[in-house]
Amino acid sequence: MAVKNITTPLAEDIVMDLEAGDNVLITGVIYSARDAAHKKLVDLLEKGEELPLDLQGQIIYYVGPAPAKPGQVIGSAGPTTSGRMDPYTPALLEKGAKGLIGKGSRSQKVKDALREHKAVYFASVGGAAALTAKTIKKADLVAYEELGAEAIRRLEVEDFPATVVNDAHGNDLYVDGAEKYARD
Amino acid sequence: MREIHVEKVRDCVKEMCIDANNNLGQDVVGAFEHSLKIEESPTGRNVLELLLENAKIARQEQVPMCQDTGFAVIFAEVGQDLRVVGGDLRAAIDEGVRRGYEEGYLRKSIVSDPIERVNTKDNTPAVVHFDIVPGDKLKLTIAPKGGGSENMSALKMLKPADGRQGVIDFVVGQARLAGPNPCPPTVLGVGIGGTFEKVAFLAKKALLRPLGQPHPSPFYAEMEKEILDKVNNTGIGPQGFGGRVTSLAVHIETYPCHIASFPVALNINCHASRHSERVL
Repeated sequence: MAVKNITTPLAEDIVMDLEAGDNVLITGVIYSARDAAHKKLVDLLEKGEELPLDLQGQIIYYVGPAPAKPGQVIGSAGPTTSGRMDPYTPALLEKGAKGLIGKGSRSQKVKDALREHKAVYFASVGGAAALTAKTIKKADLVAYEELGAEAIRRLEVEDFPATVVNDAHGNDLYVDGAEKYARD
Repeated sequence: MREIHVEKVRDCVKEMCIDANNNLGQDVVGAFEHSLKIEESPTGRNVLELLLENAKIARQEQVPMCQDTGFAVIFAEVGQDLRVVGGDLRAAIDEGVRRGYEEGYLRKSIVSDPIERVNTKDNTPAVVHFDIVPGDKLKLTIAPKGGGSENMSALKMLKPADGRQGVIDFVVGQARLAGPNPCPPTVLGVGIGGTFEKVAFLAKKALLRPLGQPHPSPFYAEMEKEILDKVNNTGIGPQGFGGRVTSLAVHIETYPCHIASFPVALNINCHASRHSERVL
């Protein structure tokens, strides 16, 4: 099975080359944010204030890791369900985010925004959290420490495994994949 | 009368929280291995290989297989000839959960109020289902339950006329609707009968049965097989990427019901079908 190696920040030609169903290994920096952090970021945007991070070309990972054991960079760190972030996602794509990593279906509004802003939605394997944590080499707090597991962290990753679900061309692996393997 | 000290219960619950989250049961590992043989999709097989590798890492390094270490759902079967001494049994169970989640480096995922949503920071309280049974033992089962799959679960009060087919249509329809969200390949716990609250309990309890063990009645064993085939024919596949293995198993639990009622509930579990059991 072909695997594409990609590095962050995501350049437009990389994004446009990705297709639903592609397996990728991501190397570079990604940012963790889930429910509570998304609400805070979008609240700032609505008030016309600056975000605590520059989203241009960046990838956001929907994760609330387990606590790190002594000697670990980060605890188990698999994706959470992306649909809960749907109401906030178009605003973050507008601010330049080029990639989102989570698991599960996105709303039509998010899929439309991915096409409009030339961005891509990846899924990493839900529940493969011990394995995924091993690809995270460094984790630094960026904002909202009070949110604990839900704080925004800068994660340096090496060969982080993910699969393209919604590409910038409007394809959806969740729809196409199920159709391909469905039987009557 | 046999006595048991609550401290023993507390320590046991602590160990079980850690054990269930770090050590995936051999029944589930076996189901992954079997699925690898029948999965036709390369992406699906890749997911299954990652899940096997993940389970190995979690066990070797004693870290949780999933960062969502769940709500601590505990079934406590208390023998009627057993006397619990030294304190409050429910409080001892919560203390065991508190220590297990802290000492095991497990994520604390519980908020104290569903609307205000402030984290309790120790993963308590547990959800505890007590039952009084004959004998002088205490049987504890802990099944940490993740939010993603719980959110895709559903309950419906069918009409008695809907019959067997009504149950099948409800379960398959709900699994299709859940799609990739509950982290397939899933385990489907199906409750049929009883009352509104009883049927949800049955669906949860159905998830405790070891994978691959069919219902003792041939009628319901056949129904489990039919639902599993239909769910796998949706093509949703591992992680929803498309494939032949959407669910690893379907478990049905039933109870008598009212002449006017036909409750059915589906409790979906992700592939991290975790449980740990001890008899004290």
